[in-house]
Amino acid sequence: MPSEQRLRIKTLVMVLALVVCANVGDLLLKRGMSRIGAVELTAHGIVQAFRLTVTNPTIWLAIFFLIGFMVSYMTVLSWADYSYVMPAGAFGYAVLTFLAVLFLHESVSPRRWVGVVLICVGVLLVGQTKPRTTEVAREAVVRCESS
Amino acid sequence: MRIVIGLAILILGSTGGEIAITHGMKSVGEPAQLRPLAVLQFLGRAVRNGWFWTGVPLMALSFYALLVLLSWAPITLVIPASALSYVAGTFGAKFILGEDVSTARWAGVILVCIGVALVAAG
Repeated sequence: MPSEQRLRIKTLVMVLALVVCANVGDLLLKRGMSRIGAVELTAHGIVQAFRLTVTNPTIWLAIFFLIGFMVSYMTVLSWADYSYVMPAGAFGYAVLTFLAVLFLHESVSPRRWVGVVLICVGVLLVGQTKPRTTEVAREAVVRCESS
Repeated sequence: MRIVIGLAILILGSTGGEIAITHGMKSVGEPAQLRPLAVLQFLGRAVRNGWFWTGVPLMALSFYALLVLLSWAPITLVIPASALSYVAGTFGAKFILGEDVSTARWAGVILVCIGVALVAAG
């Protein structure tokens, strides 16, 4: 496979991974925290919320996905342009809207649908540009060659 | 005025933090393979990079600015306005990281920025 195509595929896979991890992580965190309920801003309330948070498996699963997001974000930025990855990651907003309609049967305003369409067109435009336009640091090239 | 300053800290903090992390990751170099051990070795090198530790506090500052802003201004203003970070980030990528931002990429970023603002506004 040509290296250009390989770079594009691995970048898209990592962007997909970071979008999925970020959104699943946020949804699980929201679900976990809403089960805990509103946190009282007193010393006792915060201690109790902390105890409930660290013993909640949903919160731990959310943290696992959010760590997955950070790892995939750092990894993809080690080879791809920031100006490529950052807008492509906004695709998550469109996915969340579709999921909200399909599974939660939420009604979505026309303004939000216009936003989703603009995001999709924008991500497609960015997606067809070159994922990497800068040179890899000399240090990094040497390290890759030696490994 | 304080809302404008808060928004500037929110946008510049997150953008500055991500640019610092991008610079750090580029100098660390990509993992030799996308396998767990190689990625763990990459992460080990990444957390010993100074730029990573420059980026993290900037992102924390941005998060703090978001919390403070939400107590000053309605969420329907704050979240759509934070979509400007896509434009700020692209300027940073071009002028600080030296990325080649083509017309198509600029057009895509501006559409994403407007789209995110519309989605966030509800």
